[in-house]
Amino acid sequence: MEGILANVLNGLSWGMLLFLISVGLTTVFGVMGVLNFAHGSLFMLGAYLCMQFVRWLGSFWLGLLLGPPLVATLAVVIERFLLRPLYGRDVSFQLLLTFGLMLFLDDGVRLIWGAAYHVVTPPEILAGVVPLFSQTYPVYRIFLVVLGPLVGAALWAFFAFTRWGKTLRAAAMDREMAEIIGVRVPVMFTAVFAFGAWLAALGGALAAPHQSVGPAMGEHIIIESFIVVVIGGMGSFPGAFVGALILGLLSSFGTTLLPDVQMALPYMLLALVLLTRPRGLFGEDV
Amino acid sequence: MQRLRFGPLVTVLALGAAILGAPFYLSIYWVIILTEILIMSLFAMSFNLLFGYTGLLSFGQAGFFGAGAYLAVLTLIHGPASLWVALLAGFLGAAVLALAIGWLCVRRDEIYFAILTLGFGMMLFTVAHNWRSVTGGSDGLGNFTLPELGVLGWNISVFNPKHFYFLVLFIVAVGVVVLFRVVHSPFGLLLKGTRENSMRVSFVGANVRSVRLFAFVTAGALAGLAGALFAFFNRIASPEMVHWAFSGKAVLMTILGGSGVFLGPAVGAGLFFVLEHYITAYTTNWLIILGAILVVLVLLFPKGVLGSVLEFRTRFRKGP
Amino acid sequence: MPGQAILEVRNLGRSFGRFQALSDVSLSLERGRLSALIGPNGAGKTTFYNVVSGRYRPTSGKVLFEGRDISGWPSHRLVGMGLLRSFQITNIFPALTVLENILVPLVVHYGLSFSCLAAIGKRRDLAEEAEQILARVGLTGRSHTMVSTLAYGDKRLIEIAMVLARRPRLVLLDEPTAGMNPAETDRMIGLIRELAESSDTTFFITEHDMKVVFSVAEKIFVLNQGSLLAEGSPAEIRENSEVKRAYLGGSLDAAGF
Repeated sequence: MEGILANVLNGLSWGMLLFLISVGLTTVFGVMGVLNFAHGSLFMLGAYLCMQFVRWLGSFWLGLLLGPPLVATLAVVIERFLLRPLYGRDVSFQLLLTFGLMLFLDDGVRLIWGAAYHVVTPPEILAGVVPLFSQTYPVYRIFLVVLGPLVGAALWAFFAFTRWGKTLRAAAMDREMAEIIGVRVPVMFTAVFAFGAWLAALGGALAAPHQSVGPAMGEHIIIESFIVVVIGGMGSFPGAFVGALILGLLSSFGTTLLPDVQMALPYMLLALVLLTRPRGLFGEDV
Repeated sequence: MQRLRFGPLVTVLALGAAILGAPFYLSIYWVIILTEILIMSLFAMSFNLLFGYTGLLSFGQAGFFGAGAYLAVLTLIHGPASLWVALLAGFLGAAVLALAIGWLCVRRDEIYFAILTLGFGMMLFTVAHNWRSVTGGSDGLGNFTLPELGVLGWNISVFNPKHFYFLVLFIVAVGVVVLFRVVHSPFGLLLKGTRENSMRVSFVGANVRSVRLFAFVTAGALAGLAGALFAFFNRIASPEMVHWAFSGKAVLMTILGGSGVFLGPAVGAGLFFVLEHYITAYTTNWLIILGAILVVLVLLFPKGVLGSVLEFRTRFRKGP
Repeated sequence: MPGQAILEVRNLGRSFGRFQALSDVSLSLERGRLSALIGPNGAGKTTFYNVVSGRYRPTSGKVLFEGRDISGWPSHRLVGMGLLRSFQITNIFPALTVLENILVPLVVHYGLSFSCLAAIGKRRDLAEEAEQILARVGLTGRSHTMVSTLAYGDKRLIEIAMVLARRPRLVLLDEPTAGMNPAETDRMIGLIRELAESSDTTFFITEHDMKVVFSVAEKIFVLNQGSLLAEGSPAEIRENSEVKRAYLGGSLDAAGF
């Protein structure tokens, strides 16, 4: 019983982190049509910056607060100067550009912080373990499981009720129309991209105490978030949530029950979805 | 239709002669580097059949490259001690794999195709990485020796890098000739049409999926052949050769040289190795530079180095 | 056989979600007669073409080509049977030369789609046939120009030439004179008339330009809001009050009649 519960909690906590990075990826795709290979690198930057702020300022919460906006600023520069020139061109070139960015950022991280793995300890309140039946379970993971839906709800409220959120959704549905009614699309694109980056970096910062911070974080998570976005439906917010949960639980139970095949499970699920229902669970018709 | 004009013909022939005679004037070190460049050229050019000619961006070609490597090594370990048989196994095995995977992937377009190929490539990676009993797991398959090469009655040892170079040169040349014929054939024209306007291709009566699948199998088979050679070259077949990051190499080399020119990817492969050689002498962070180069290429020189050079020359000829 | 129906459409329906683009359309095209499909904007003309040419499946009803039920068949298969269409928005191969654009359908026509080791440059016979087709539509001497550099009117001619390369039995011409100036339009009318008279291809055109329709069509079908409103000879259609009403609530001059 506790095994199952532990697996569920593991799956959910990992799922919440996946959700944070995937929702940014899917929103950027839905509004801008860009699939950002470098998204995982932004996640990783968030983790590293959090770690750095913890070292300098001694506070995890400050790291959580200060890191993501820095990454968002970087994202603004990237969108404005590197992505914008490519909007009219073939989708392949956008993919290639973000692929190049990924290489650059992943290695950049290695240059600045070295290739070693670092451990970030969670803050006092969230450190330690709680009893779970006859075993113990890390508090921090429970924190993630609780935080995830809260962030999800906040984001959902943002999209559903605020003017900005509604504008984004409208633009995702019909860019031309949005332009006609006066939305300044270029500004919106920059804002969306920065927002997605902020979410990814936030996810990274939150992930820092959860797993060790290392230069392979980015490339590891980008594939998983691609899969989440495809399963959930490209451009879909609820899709990102459900997809992330599915993948998180799959990963967690897979490791316990089918260790040899576990690595391939996400890819098999990816192929299955793409071949039978390419729009994913909540996406629009392909 | 292309008639080779005098200028380019002479350049190509001169280059060909230089490559043919390399072992006679280059040091062993550079012969070995050139060997690797040739192998990767074949890999990159097979990728470009899909990307530059058919308009399909696949991030999973390493799956076939690596499959070719593993199948060739497995053949040497469990089968006859013949390099030719091993090469054939790599080639055909990768072709069959490409047929199965391609049949599924060509059902989708653009981004979905790219993600599907990436996914399948990584599934193959998991197989290579986890199936210890057959593939040696993360250690790879390295406990094999290269038999002598049987050529027209003679037995040639390929331990000598110069001999190995000529074997690689021969196989790569065959692959390049095949690609050249394909690209200039009626089928090749259809590929270009599919790249330009796949909907129109179906409205002139061709089944776009079948056309794409045929290209996919050809590309996969040639990637497998290159992979087999790579396994011989490195004396090992390892999971890295199947990982999508390795696919990324073929993509990079193609963009670097130019996807719009037949020999673009080969030039890109050469440039890649030269760059790597010189840059890694100064720093271990050469991926930063590579990433930056890719970004600059995509933004400013989408035709790649060779493509831009050729375009500049044509413009220069035509005058203001 | 002249007079026989080459295309028959029975109770054809096509909906997109809740939107019914075509409902219960039945018509029959006589072989050898140049027919036209007209209707106000949004009547469903392009949807009709898309369904008949295999781009969409019908949601109800049937399409019969030369007596055979082809409902839901994919486009490339229909092309193989001789059913072709051209596009309103020019749909050709921009980065290929004029000659190559015509070679593509020829390659497919002669079953050379998978011929991958022969050199296409050596096939003088194909090149000659392509040149002949280009001459028929009036595009000579520019075989090796990149199509993207051509004038709009010439691109529309390539659109037609690509269709002719497959020796079609039935051609659906979707607004062949779209975006053309009067001179180009006249040229196109002449070409269509000449092609219709000199071959046994049946032409079915849809147009907004009434001058074109009334100068070439032998029979006219009128579509309105997804259903067939009327059919008949040009004279009959001109007199039809329902048609007049459908177009502009009575003012036919404005519609170009």
